[in-house]
Amino acid sequence: MSALLFYLFAALTLGFGLMVVTARNPVTSALSLAMSFVGLAALFISLDAYFIGTIQILVYAGAVMVLFLFIIMLLDIKAEAGRKPSTVAAVGGILLAVILALQITTIARDLTLGGNSTADVPLTLEKAGAEREAKKGLPTITNDLKAGVLPDAKLMGETLFNNYGFHLQVIGLLLLVGTVGVVVLSKREKEAAP
Amino acid sequence: MITLNHYLIVSGALFALGLAGVIARRNILIIYMCLEMMLSAANLTLVAFSRFRVTDGLPDYAAQSLVFFTITVAAAEVAVGLAIIVALYRAKQSVDVEAVSKLQG
Amino acid sequence: MPAQETAPTLPTLLLLLPIFSALVILLGHKVLKGASVAISLGSAAVCFVISVLMLHTEDATPVLLPFIEVGKFRIVIDALIDQQSRGMMFIVTSIGLLVHVFSLGYMKEDPAKVRFFGALSLFMFSMTGIVLSGNLFMMFVFWELVGLSSYLLIGHWFEKASAAEAAKKAFLTNRIGDFGFMIGILMLFMANHGDVSFVGLKDSFGSGPLHDMAKTQTTFMFLAALGIFMGAVGKSAQFPLHVWLPDAMEGPTPVSALIHAATMVAAGVFMLVRCSFLIEASPAAAETIAWIGGGTALMAALIATQQNDIKRVLAYSTLSQLGYMVMAVGLLAMHVSAHHEAGPGHPAMFHLYTHAFFKAMLFLGAGAIIHACHHEQDIWKMGGLMRHMPVTFATFAIGTASLMGMPFITSGFWSKEAILGLAFEVKHGSPLFWVGVLTAMLTAFYMTRMFVVTFFGKPRTESAHHSTEAPINMVLPLIILAVLTLISVPLARALEAMKPDHAETHITVIIASIAALVIGVVAGFLLYRGKDNDPLNIKIFANKFYFDEIYAVIVKVGQDMVAWIVTGIERIFVDGIIARLPAFIVARVGAAARLLQGGHLQGYTFLLGAGVSMVIYLVVFVLPRMGH
Repeated sequence: MSALLFYLFAALTLGFGLMVVTARNPVTSALSLAMSFVGLAALFISLDAYFIGTIQILVYAGAVMVLFLFIIMLLDIKAEAGRKPSTVAAVGGILLAVILALQITTIARDLTLGGNSTADVPLTLEKAGAEREAKKGLPTITNDLKAGVLPDAKLMGETLFNNYGFHLQVIGLLLLVGTVGVVVLSKREKEAAP
Repeated sequence: MITLNHYLIVSGALFALGLAGVIARRNILIIYMCLEMMLSAANLTLVAFSRFRVTDGLPDYAAQSLVFFTITVAAAEVAVGLAIIVALYRAKQSVDVEAVSKLQG
Repeated sequence: MPAQETAPTLPTLLLLLPIFSALVILLGHKVLKGASVAISLGSAAVCFVISVLMLHTEDATPVLLPFIEVGKFRIVIDALIDQQSRGMMFIVTSIGLLVHVFSLGYMKEDPAKVRFFGALSLFMFSMTGIVLSGNLFMMFVFWELVGLSSYLLIGHWFEKASAAEAAKKAFLTNRIGDFGFMIGILMLFMANHGDVSFVGLKDSFGSGPLHDMAKTQTTFMFLAALGIFMGAVGKSAQFPLHVWLPDAMEGPTPVSALIHAATMVAAGVFMLVRCSFLIEASPAAAETIAWIGGGTALMAALIATQQNDIKRVLAYSTLSQLGYMVMAVGLLAMHVSAHHEAGPGHPAMFHLYTHAFFKAMLFLGAGAIIHACHHEQDIWKMGGLMRHMPVTFATFAIGTASLMGMPFITSGFWSKEAILGLAFEVKHGSPLFWVGVLTAMLTAFYMTRMFVVTFFGKPRTESAHHSTEAPINMVLPLIILAVLTLISVPLARALEAMKPDHAETHITVIIASIAALVIGVVAGFLLYRGKDNDPLNIKIFANKFYFDEIYAVIVKVGQDMVAWIVTGIERIFVDGIIARLPAFIVARVGAAARLLQGGHLQGYTFLLGAGVSMVIYLVVFVLPRMGH
């Protein structure tokens, strides 16, 4: 069952990805990308990364693509009527893509880790919970683990705030800088006073 | 049986698609979207490895933290990039990438 | 003989005073103005006194200044004080002082008087250096300095194009001679292991390594001697580098008297005498030198018979007498190398001393005449000056008589007879003897011609008619020089300079010289008495055997050929291969590289992606196979 679901969502992601690249109308491209992200989120969830999958839909499909659509509407971009991409660029792009994909596939096949499936690396939740209790870990996480549930968001939070606190602050600063930058970049140049 | 390789191949294909789009398309916005696609492909690889490297019975959350940061940075980047594109459109009245070949030497 | 540190004060003073005077004039002439003349004159006077003092010092070789000492390579500024340098020093300083005094009057109205005296001081410094020098390097340095001073003095009136040209010609011709000189010095330097001092070389030729080398490597010795001789050819205006001396008459007459009669041109002869050991070591070179000297003497005498400028006649006469001196050097060397004894003194130096006095006086006399006739120099425009300028007439007569070799009373007779006697002795009936006699006859002829045309008869032009005797500061040196001319012989004995004691004075020689004199004087009187134009008109003599024209053609042809070759080389190699080819390559490569900078974002992205693929390929697939 899970294999079927995987193939379904993988096909979704790649198919809509292809539509992004080949669509004429920019709005079509944007919406296809949004759908591709949804497929990607499904793949995340199939990997037991619930938090990341949710974040993917919320931020990427929900905020980023909406922003893209806003800009497309704002700039009122028509479809690329009659302007074919230059053959050189197209050929170059396709060639490069194929070569890269082949390389990645070949590397992947050589990975020793690659042959594992999820069954081979099972999550032993109860045991992890017992260990945490012994080390006096967070009770919320420990209880969930002992109950046999993966508290994904809570574990993410623990990792982030325990190990990457400084990085979080920097990211916050980055977002601030981004905001300020966008405001500055959007100003129209004032006409010189006559 | 879905192995790690399946995820990696999907990710690689997505990345390659994005790269092809960046090179082949002429509309700046579409190029930008393909860029985002490439970023997401990388995220997929990271999450896959996070799941398949189990430490103490739990997935390795360091990779997922990296994904978290990547998504955040991508969001900020999109905001700033689109502001630049808008400014560029105001100056050139066109979103064709040929219009910004001022770097020609 | 090791260099002795004996009392270097006198020679140092002799060297330093003139250059100090020249420097003061150079730097302070705006402030000092007229006083500069006094400084120059003062330094000349003090130098004369010092040289008289030095007449009684011992022979010595004091080192004045260690110039360069690098490992075994050693060049010093040292002095060689011996019989020859003392005598020469006396000549240089005495005539120098008299010329300074004469110039006070002659250059009185010249606006560039101060520059003249500065250059005169520089010349005195350079000439002193040559006379005093104890090694060939030092001599060469001062040799060049003398050439420079001559250039400055000949070109004193440089606004006149002919004067500037003459100065240039003198300097360039000298340079050619100096090139040979340098090569000669370097050959000796190489052969004598770095020692080119006169004392050292003399020892080496006498009993050292060069003595044997002279016997075995005759070509080397010949070339070295010839090289050194080239210096004399340039400086003493021998054939073929004689062309600069007549043109040098463009300079003021005191300059001609000092430099081109008495001192600088004699420096060549002086140098040859100093290097006599070298010339004796190569009989072939000695013979060459003698023939070049004799040939120059004869040729110059022939040209002088048809010259109309008073200074030119004197210039060619100087050339002729210099030829005599050089011939004597060669002859004496031939005599010695044929294992005959050389008496004390050297006929060439003897003739140099006597000639210095009377030629300087003749030039100064000519200067007085020119000054009186308002800078007229053509003898056919003078005449009857006997009555108008009696003192000048008398001194000029004494000088002319001495130059012609009036028997027994004038010094010129004794010195010329010494040379002719030597020529007679060397190889009996040697052609050079007859060359000498013929030249003596011609000398008498042209000097009589000039004397008669200038002084006798009626004045031919207004300026000649209104000429008066020269002022006292010009006449006084004339009188002093006349006296010196007459007493040269005893004076030379007093200076221990010369008078070779010939045991036999050949009757043939005396008869031949007297006969030559008489024939020349009579012919001159007969042809030119009372004439207003020249009855003879021998073009080839008047045009100086067309040497200047021949040289001009040779130089032009040579230059054009060299220029053609050099242009070709430059166009093909330097311009084409070295300059244009790399530029072409760089331009093409740059054009190709520019294609990469298209400005297209997608192009860059493609290159980026291609680069990444290549790196992945290398790292993952190639390197593991190579074992990294």
